[in-house]
Amino acid sequence: MAEFKLPANSQVQSGKEWPKPQGATNTKAFKIYRWDPDSGQNPRLDTYHVDLDDCGPMILDALLKIKNEVDSTLTLRRSCREGVCGSCAMNIDGTNTLACTKYIDDVKGDVAVYPLPHMPVVKDLVPDLNGIYAQYRSIEPWLKSDTPAPERERLQSPEERAKLDGMWECILCFCCSTSCPSYWWNGDRYLGPAVLLQAYRWIADSRDEYTGERLDALEDPFRLYRCHTIMNCTKTCPKSLNPAKAIGDIKKLMVTRR
Amino acid sequence: MATSNRPLSPHLQIYKPQITSITSIMHRITGILLTIGTLLLVCWLVAAADSPESYEAFQGFLGSIFGRLLLFGWTLALFYHLCNGIRHMFWDIGVGFTISSAVRSGTVTLIATVVLTLLTWIAGYAMA
Repeated sequence: MAEFKLPANSQVQSGKEWPKPQGATNTKAFKIYRWDPDSGQNPRLDTYHVDLDDCGPMILDALLKIKNEVDSTLTLRRSCREGVCGSCAMNIDGTNTLACTKYIDDVKGDVAVYPLPHMPVVKDLVPDLNGIYAQYRSIEPWLKSDTPAPERERLQSPEERAKLDGMWECILCFCCSTSCPSYWWNGDRYLGPAVLLQAYRWIADSRDEYTGERLDALEDPFRLYRCHTIMNCTKTCPKSLNPAKAIGDIKKLMVTRR
Repeated sequence: MATSNRPLSPHLQIYKPQITSITSIMHRITGILLTIGTLLLVCWLVAAADSPESYEAFQGFLGSIFGRLLLFGWTLALFYHLCNGIRHMFWDIGVGFTISSAVRSGTVTLIATVVLTLLTWIAGYAMA
């Protein structure tokens, strides 16, 4: 059953306002979700003022500037800073995206920064992804084939290879899954857009010989069919991929294979 | 490390409404309203089967300002659910999955709902 309200220990309280940088004329306020597992207190929203004249253009630049110069306890994941690793996925200005590819200038007014929605929080902007990784494992995201491996690679025609475009580019940042209300309410049993996009990536692969078994594993009221085509996933994907379409294609295969 | 006290990150409270999610939840809400509206229809049939007096009384209720408001709301819900249902059928055959077409079909659904409702009521009053 859907819990629309946050549990008592998760209610966000107002937090500390850090001082404005001295002499700065062009500042922007960042309101950032903070939770310290050692404090025993509820999460809070801290306000930081960043001098935009002395900061890179991306949200990640501002977050790292805060961490380096103002408050070193601010905790977040980041790695590649160019949108290929998916580590800095978070909720910025009300939608999920990568902090490293989101321009500060694209946010009007104060910048609200939260961890990916409806996830257990490890600390500050770091969500616990173990559950979603286990779901990813459950779809067996590797090539399965009974045909003995050939001398060289398993061949594909250019057309067969083209079917994987729009799927192999997924960086597993989980912006889409955590934007999906259906995944919020049924994330324990519904696989969510990111994992279903990957499921379809192997279903559509001409070299994979377990298409039927893969579809069998998804034919379930929850795992696949909790998708109600809300399309928040496609709307929010920072790589402009289309998980909603992939799920639609799986649903179509379920019908046409009968 | 203790993990049981981990808070749940905010979701509905902070996620910006999207035309995609709003049109989706409206489909559900109008579906529920239509179910309730069906009870109204049953009451009307029961009244008709019961006696001319109760039919008259129920007609009077539906004809009142409040009754008309209910019927107007029900007409809106009916056309929204119908139009968005057609939108869902297109998705079911794999059409309309790009962001631009989803936004467009959502906007068309909203406009069509209002237009069809107004046309129905104008036609209703014209025939009365």
